[in-house]
Amino acid sequence: MSEAEQSVGEADLHAWADGRLAEGRRAEVEAWLAAHPEEAERAAAYRALNEQLRAHYEPVLDEPVPERLESAALRRRRWRSAAAIAGWIAVGAAIGGVAGWQVHAQRAPAPPLAQPDHPVIARRAALAHATYAPEVRHPVEVGADQEQHLVAWLSKRLGAEVRAPRLEAEGMTLVGGRLLPRDPGPVAQFMYQSAPGRRVTLYVRSEGPDQRETAFHYAREGNVRVFYWIDRRFGYALSSADLDREELLKLANAVYRQLNP
Amino acid sequence: MSDAGSLIALIPRLRRYARALVGERAAADDLVQDTLERAWSKLHLYRHGTDLRAWLFTVMHNVHVNQVRASRPTAALEDDMPELAQRAVQGDALLLRDLERAIAALPAAQREVLLLVALEDLSYDETARVLGIPIGTVMSRLARAREKVRALMQGKGGSKLQVVK
Repeated sequence: MSEAEQSVGEADLHAWADGRLAEGRRAEVEAWLAAHPEEAERAAAYRALNEQLRAHYEPVLDEPVPERLESAALRRRRWRSAAAIAGWIAVGAAIGGVAGWQVHAQRAPAPPLAQPDHPVIARRAALAHATYAPEVRHPVEVGADQEQHLVAWLSKRLGAEVRAPRLEAEGMTLVGGRLLPRDPGPVAQFMYQSAPGRRVTLYVRSEGPDQRETAFHYAREGNVRVFYWIDRRFGYALSSADLDREELLKLANAVYRQLNP
Repeated sequence: MSDAGSLIALIPRLRRYARALVGERAAADDLVQDTLERAWSKLHLYRHGTDLRAWLFTVMHNVHVNQVRASRPTAALEDDMPELAQRAVQGDALLLRDLERAIAALPAAQREVLLLVALEDLSYDETARVLGIPIGTVMSRLARAREKVRALMQGKGGSKLQVVK
């Protein structure tokens, strides 16, 4: 037994169960576990508990959100908008410091950082979807009636030629698109809608020249389901809160075929 | 994206954690609602660009601690007072076989750590920051929580654990 294996401790068992060991250390810990069946059984039980917890509570993510919670998430925005307006009237726009403070207070937060379970693209795509898909009046910046302009504009801003796939055969028509902020480069979001008003967004970001292609990956953020993949120069994420996993996968396949004729 | 849009998108995640933490649905949603209201009043403390979900867990932790303290003046969220911090699920250990009961039987401080790590997939470091405790405390609470759950779910007769859906 190597020295490294001898120094396997309690924390290593937990880090192993949580999948938090670096590759090399994991091999050492696993070699040690192979020689220590009692601890191996314990670590396996910890790992199984993680899986049971996730399986047991996952359905909560799909439950409809009670209205009182949505109101709680929205309430202060209305109040603060009113307060901001009141502030402007009372103090006047001449006081730049106050105006600057108000602008700062209204600034949107950056999307949360990536969690280890899902890459950044899935999380950001899901958040962008959750923000714009419920919009009734302004779901997109440029409508499908100006599709040529939309595609030319987004291609210019992304620095590479993007296309809006046609999904009529899947029952989805293009609503339009918008440009989203992202560090370091911008992101395009296309929105599609079916006749019953179910919405899907396609998030497209430039990935640089040397990206490998990846398979489809599935993620769920809140009630938004996401299939994402990287294909040559672009990363794609197809999001919907209205379609189930199978329907979304079918659509992701259609998008992929459209973009890779 | 607006603050409100970000908060709405995170509600299902907050509900899942609260459900596991508190158990009962209405009480868990009360905790989420209090957390969202508190988050708005504390939004100036949130550093833009950092993980909003982790920050909301911190807010929820503080709200939860205050609620537990308010409901039981002598209770504390410390491991060394398990009989006070435990949720009101008592009974024969042999009966505490299903997952929810095993989780409920943990002292709140251990339950929080276990759920943030095992259910919400936060790193040990993130968990330490969310709860405002040293990482060594995270590890020791995690170890105790897992051992207790394992013991409860295995039962004395070594019966297989049951997951109640």
